[in-house]
Amino acid sequence: MSERVPVSMIVNGEEVERFVEPRTTLGDFLRTDLELTGTHLGCEMGVCGACLVLVNGKAVHSCLMLAVAAEGESIQTVEGLSESKEIADIQRAFHNRNALQCGFCTPGVLVTAHEILKQEGPLSREEIRDGLSGNYCRCTGYEAIVDAIEAVLQERAAKGDSAELAA
Amino acid sequence: MSAALHNADRPNSYIGRSVTRPNALRLLAGKGRYVTDIKLPRMLHAAFLRSPYAHANITSIDISEAKALKGVHLVATGEDLAKLCKPWVGTLDHFRGMKSAPQLPLAVGKVVWAGQAIVAVVAETRAIAEDALNLIQVEFEELEPVADIDLAREPDATRIYPELGDNVAFKLTVESGDVAAAFAKADGEIEATIISGRHTAVTMEPRAIVADYNAPEEALTVYHATQTPYQFQDLFSRLYGIRESRVRVIAPDIGGSFGMKLHVYHEDMSVVGLSMLCGRPVKYVADRLESFVSDIHARDHRVKASIAFDKEGTILGMKVDDVTAIGPFSTAPRTSVVEGNQVVRLIGAPYRFRDYRADLSVVFQNKVQTSQYRAVGHPVACLVTESMMDRVAQQLGMDPFEIRRRNIVTQDMYPYTSPAGYKFERLSHEACLEKLHKLMDYDRLRAEQKTLREKGIHRGIGIGMFVEITNPSPAFYGVGGARISSQDGAVLKVTPAGEVQCLISVGEHGQGTETIIGQIVAEHLGVERELVRVITGDTDVTPQGGANWACRGAGIGGETALQASKKLKANILSVAAAILQSKPELLDLRNGNIVDAAEGTERLPLSEVARISYYRSDTLPPGTSPQLTAAHHYSPQGYPFAFTNGVQACHVEVDVETGFTKILNVWVVEDCGRIINPMLVEEQVRGGVVQGLGAAFFEECRYSETGQLENGSLADYLVPMACEMPDIKIDHVETPTEDTELGAKGCGEAGTAAASAAALNAVNDAIAPFGASVSQVPMTPQRLLTALGHGSSSSQKR
Repeated sequence: MSERVPVSMIVNGEEVERFVEPRTTLGDFLRTDLELTGTHLGCEMGVCGACLVLVNGKAVHSCLMLAVAAEGESIQTVEGLSESKEIADIQRAFHNRNALQCGFCTPGVLVTAHEILKQEGPLSREEIRDGLSGNYCRCTGYEAIVDAIEAVLQERAAKGDSAELAA
Repeated sequence: MSAALHNADRPNSYIGRSVTRPNALRLLAGKGRYVTDIKLPRMLHAAFLRSPYAHANITSIDISEAKALKGVHLVATGEDLAKLCKPWVGTLDHFRGMKSAPQLPLAVGKVVWAGQAIVAVVAETRAIAEDALNLIQVEFEELEPVADIDLAREPDATRIYPELGDNVAFKLTVESGDVAAAFAKADGEIEATIISGRHTAVTMEPRAIVADYNAPEEALTVYHATQTPYQFQDLFSRLYGIRESRVRVIAPDIGGSFGMKLHVYHEDMSVVGLSMLCGRPVKYVADRLESFVSDIHARDHRVKASIAFDKEGTILGMKVDDVTAIGPFSTAPRTSVVEGNQVVRLIGAPYRFRDYRADLSVVFQNKVQTSQYRAVGHPVACLVTESMMDRVAQQLGMDPFEIRRRNIVTQDMYPYTSPAGYKFERLSHEACLEKLHKLMDYDRLRAEQKTLREKGIHRGIGIGMFVEITNPSPAFYGVGGARISSQDGAVLKVTPAGEVQCLISVGEHGQGTETIIGQIVAEHLGVERELVRVITGDTDVTPQGGANWACRGAGIGGETALQASKKLKANILSVAAAILQSKPELLDLRNGNIVDAAEGTERLPLSEVARISYYRSDTLPPGTSPQLTAAHHYSPQGYPFAFTNGVQACHVEVDVETGFTKILNVWVVEDCGRIINPMLVEEQVRGGVVQGLGAAFFEECRYSETGQLENGSLADYLVPMACEMPDIKIDHVETPTEDTELGAKGCGEAGTAAASAAALNAVNDAIAPFGASVSQVPMTPQRLLTALGHGSSSSQKR
């Protein structure tokens, strides 16, 4: 065990300050110190994607990043993304298509889906599958997840088209 | 005369509709509550020191330094926990002659697999507990590991447990008809050895448990990531001597189970004792590396098979010899022999030949314990049967569909008893086969295959039929003395606002149990689905039942909910009749309103019946006794199992230069009886298929000769990723069981059952022009290259 050190960061828009052991991962910090248990740990070696969170808007494996390395950064977890409604359409599509079963991988999958959907232009199913390949899901077989992301893509494109028409 | 209303036209007709899952909203918002997330006041954390050796005597353990570490509350050895916990044995009486050594929470005297827990540390945090593990000194005397199924059966082999005599846990012979005569009269005979790798479930949430022993009350509460809370209530109670009524097991959100989360694990049993010793809640979550060396493994079968046939392609008989590698003992409480038993009983199940002989040997190994994982035995039985069918077809130059058409059990033959003794009420092989043929556009695919072959592109098409065991009666475990229930219970209650709560013993792990139970209750009671709240997974709250295994949630749990709904409805109508001065048989409940049964005229809302019953019973006619809570238990009667069936097809492209296979398409036609929610059935099938494709191409627990697991991490043990998996087209045939009013059978294992068999046949079809074939899964690139003559033959086995 080593001395605790101060760390501060913005988590889901709120400034947090804590003392942590330097060896504490960001994932453990979020789950244990901040009780943000929506972020899950599936392998703790950066393979399964269950622990993905956004650090300054980019998806990062919270199991591979130390909490102290997130000093001063802005972190968004599934809880924050839900409350801000940023991913509301993705969550709705996942619900409608049943793109989750046990739900353990889902917070990480949502973070990836959010990133995939930020890309410009249309995406093929192969490209969506490729984008999802850092997220292991043992329940769904992935097809429903691909369907849900595709549905959001189409919905957003349709909205974009109608916004352009209105303009 | 008006025609009977079609089901979908009636009010509250939810059965058969693809409705969404209410509980999924919580999981999507990051508000799931898994055992991994649970934090209790004053909770401590456990970590385990594990054996580096597969087989060794423990000569000394020094825990003094670990005990002295700041933040450490307890360091316990095997002897410490053996004082509290009785040993358990993983045998059942109906597997005659089976044997297994008694087990304790932590190793005492010797270790029998690499990864076995030896010492437990309980500390303020998991990190401190792990720090303390590094301070423990254990000395070992290495023993010869038993890590090969043939060497293990040699007369001079090292015995894992010398007191058992040898390393064979169980032997079984199944014999029917005259197999020697069948082979004697055959026009042809083919022999092959089919090997299935050793797999593990890899649930995304690892095993997790929080035990909270309350000494003043002598009561135990366990938050347990389990499929079977009642089974563990019984086990914790009996093994730790705590009154059953004071043991509460709560299974909250579960992050995947697949059969893996219903076995007795040494760490789980330890944590209960650790909480008793500390007097505080103790939590343990397996990390992924621990999961690989402590979650049950499965499969690992080598089957030598022979098939006899005539020149018309009629199968005359089969002989099989299955040797399967389990762990150092048989897993409790379901044993490690069920898989082998199901392999030898399911081989040939879709087909009508009568002459059959199977020999099974279940062999102890110094490896992780094995037991039931999704589709227990089915994938191995399908690999054997379906690959042998294709070999016969190939030799006769017959189409794979045609040979199956000629041999399947047909509609005129039901009820039908298989040579291995399984009784089939009614299956639908012909309908499924024809539907699949159309769904996959078979003739076009074959034409395309031919054209592409000329261009050097090697595609293959494979078919796999399956028969699946669902809705088990006590014949599965109960008759063998297992305290595992095959019945389920439901308690339905009307709240004062006229809403409904359903407490039921089948659980929710993402498959949608709560949703389908809600659909059944809403429909059979006559209320909107939104008014029904389904509550599962708490032995203090939900009635006693079997919970989730062997695809029993929809068939048995669903029928329980249906009958409970009818009972409650009768009670509601009885009170309503008293209030309305009518007769119950003249009334009905629709959309949450009491109506005239004949006209449908609304008479009284259910909420009013509830309000009067609960708050103004003084206004009811004398003698009226409202019973707005109804309980019902249901156990399968009639057939011992409700068998289901179906057929899958797999379409692949093999790169014959690299050995890589691209899975292009999968099609499934399945028959799980009455479908309650098509979307959820299809998602069960898809998820199951992908686990079967994992087994076919990627997944394998690889052991060294010294019994070391060589690929025990999620980076090394390959599970299917999104980019490797195809879209899966599904269609259905519905043959409801007549044993229940609901008519539902299970569907959770159908996808896994035949996926690897169809894949194996597809790959063999693709490489057939090279005169090559494989008979081992996973079909790794290396194995394919070897089969194609590019590699050394010695690497075939790896």
